[in-house]
Amino acid sequence: MAEEKKKGFFKRLVSGLAKTRDNIVAGFDNLFSGFSSIDEDFYEELEEILIMGDIGINATNAILTRLREQVAQQHIKEPAQCKEILIRSIKEQMVVDSTDYEFENRKSVILVIGVNGVGKTTSVGKLAGLLKSQGKKVILAAADTFRAAAGEQLTLWANKAGVELIGGQAGADPAAVIYDAVAAAKARNADILICDTAGRLHNKKNLMEELRKIYRILEKEYPEAYLETLVVLDGTTGQNALAQAREFSQVAKVNGIILTKLDGTAKGGIAVAIQSELDIPVKYIGVGEKIDDLQKFDADAFVDALFLRKDHNEC
Amino acid sequence: MAFESLSEKLQNVFKKLRSKGLLTEEDVKTALKEVKMALLEADVNFKVVRQFTKSVQEQAVGQGVMNGLNPGQMVIKIVNEELVKLMGEELVELPLKPGNDINVIMMVGLQGSGKTTSAAKLAGKLKSSGKRPLLVACDIYRPAAITQLEVNAGSVGVEVFSMGTRHKPVDIVKAAMEHARANQQNVVIIDTAGRLHIDEGMMQELADIKAGVQVDTTILVVDAMTGQDAVTVASTFSEKVGIDGIILTKLDGDTRGGAALSIRAVTHKPIYYAGMGEKLDDLEPFYPDRMASRILGMGDVMSLIEKAEAALDKDKAEEMSRKFKKMDFDFNDYLTSFDQVKNMGGISSVLNMLPGMGNKSQELEGMIDEDAIGRTKAIILSMTPQERGNPGLLNPSRKKRIAKGAGVDLQEVNRLVKQFEQTKKMMKQMPGLMGNGKAGKFGKFRLPF
Repeated sequence: MAEEKKKGFFKRLVSGLAKTRDNIVAGFDNLFSGFSSIDEDFYEELEEILIMGDIGINATNAILTRLREQVAQQHIKEPAQCKEILIRSIKEQMVVDSTDYEFENRKSVILVIGVNGVGKTTSVGKLAGLLKSQGKKVILAAADTFRAAAGEQLTLWANKAGVELIGGQAGADPAAVIYDAVAAAKARNADILICDTAGRLHNKKNLMEELRKIYRILEKEYPEAYLETLVVLDGTTGQNALAQAREFSQVAKVNGIILTKLDGTAKGGIAVAIQSELDIPVKYIGVGEKIDDLQKFDADAFVDALFLRKDHNEC
Repeated sequence: MAFESLSEKLQNVFKKLRSKGLLTEEDVKTALKEVKMALLEADVNFKVVRQFTKSVQEQAVGQGVMNGLNPGQMVIKIVNEELVKLMGEELVELPLKPGNDINVIMMVGLQGSGKTTSAAKLAGKLKSSGKRPLLVACDIYRPAAITQLEVNAGSVGVEVFSMGTRHKPVDIVKAAMEHARANQQNVVIIDTAGRLHIDEGMMQELADIKAGVQVDTTILVVDAMTGQDAVTVASTFSEKVGIDGIILTKLDGDTRGGAALSIRAVTHKPIYYAGMGEKLDDLEPFYPDRMASRILGMGDVMSLIEKAEAALDKDKAEEMSRKFKKMDFDFNDYLTSFDQVKNMGGISSVLNMLPGMGNKSQELEGMIDEDAIGRTKAIILSMTPQERGNPGLLNPSRKKRIAKGAGVDLQEVNRLVKQFEQTKKMMKQMPGLMGNGKAGKFGKFRLPF
């Protein structure tokens, strides 16, 4: 345990990403050393490598188009030179503005939404822990009144994080829970109210309507609070994650993504796809089940972890 | 549209093929390139895709597609055959020992794949087929996992065996076996904790359970939305723990489900069931051939027909078709037809099974408000039996009463009556629609294709 702590967050991320990393990195190395000129075969090979990392076809094409432009502009002849350009361009794309974390410094409501099983409740628990450790007064709202035992699960997280939780009976109207939680947040002068919601498939109309109702209540009852909506996406999800993010954006003003389960093998790629196609930044990533396993997204570290070999012993 | 379904993608490819009289080699290449892209967008694993397109290419050339009279159809056939080959040829049922022998089924998978829900669904299903299942709570890690299992099990009326979170899973399972033997339960379903396939310690825990008791069937529960990594996950579980079959969950989302193809291709294990929703009876048999033709845009016609057959009471269907022919159907028949659609899993599920719907079914689903159907039902149920049988009776005062009874506006009642009259008129204008004998196989339920 202590050793694990010492190992540090980034190391764990790197080791978590190791396998994909190995695939991508191995592919990368072969690619840049194996080709002597930049031709169509080279691009095709690169395309395959990116797709294997869940980056998706559209984002991959966008990346390749940019690369082609730069190769043409800068008269690049060597495949090896492309590597640097490629990594830099993905990093630039993935950078998160510091203003993106504005909500952390204001009186705010964080609404956490997502499909079933992506890790919403866990992320809410971890986020509460993270913000609490920054000295914020946090209140949790357990508005997932649908899934069996979701409330209990969040209660355990609330205890771990040492924050207060406002819940409702199983089957209660989630909007009512939000209403109560807003009242509690006001009464206790909380800094941040984090709302856990029920998992909903983005193509289910009623559940999306329920979300709209929650919004109406927040806007009406707590207009002074800064509203931050975070969509939780499972890092193992493929291209459907894009559909999820897009559909949720249609009912909610989505400010950012929490990308979970990055401690497995494939990962990361979909974050690039979402940033590229929807321009929604990944703000937090989850790399484990412990309360401190949620961290702010760091574009440099993330892209390096995806593409580079052994450059991160210093982290 | 970036999120065209795989079906639509492939259909577009084949439309291009169809529009030409003869298939050139260049066409096949173009088609396969698009098939490849479509499959990749559907999250089918890259290597599987490569293997697949190569195989189709070989088949296409070998069978002389270019000389075919209808080259487009020929390619569809080959692509379909290869997809079916990949998916597994036919429905494989979960193997169960007869009688009082205890079947031990272990559910394994990543976090959030839907193990606990699937375990309860499976238990409910087996219970209704006459087995006596026992659920065993072995997720000692996730907060409140045991409570979740208990709540779900409660709603299907199955007992849960749990020893809290302080015992080793293998010990819990051993004790559960004792319990099952003592209580004459003949299926033991073990709900294990979600785990990462690279977590050696956790994978060992599963191996320990297998070493401790004889597990008959290990089921890997996989989220249908999984990306390229599905292959790694499935093959690692397969190597480290050994799996016998798969349950694919969350297929009711709009995912294109490429993971199903990938997993089949690497594990060669059957997919027993597909999870289609959050309700506990939403666990359906998985028909690989139908999934393949669904991917190809031919729709899940077989499933629809089967569901229609099961849902329609034959006598009622005949009665209805007689009435349709005579044009004397009334509000009672309206009610019956709503119930039939509901028995088939609601309008959206019927829509999803129709071929060529793809994205359109999503749009339609938005337009068809299942709530509105509920209100319509309420209106009809607020009518007296006489009124239902003879809509002509409905004068303004009766309508006002009905609106009050159903809790809707008067306009809604008026709209329904009007709609009813229009339907009747329409039936008159299209006597052939409901009457022709060809549809006899499933009553007079005419499928729109």
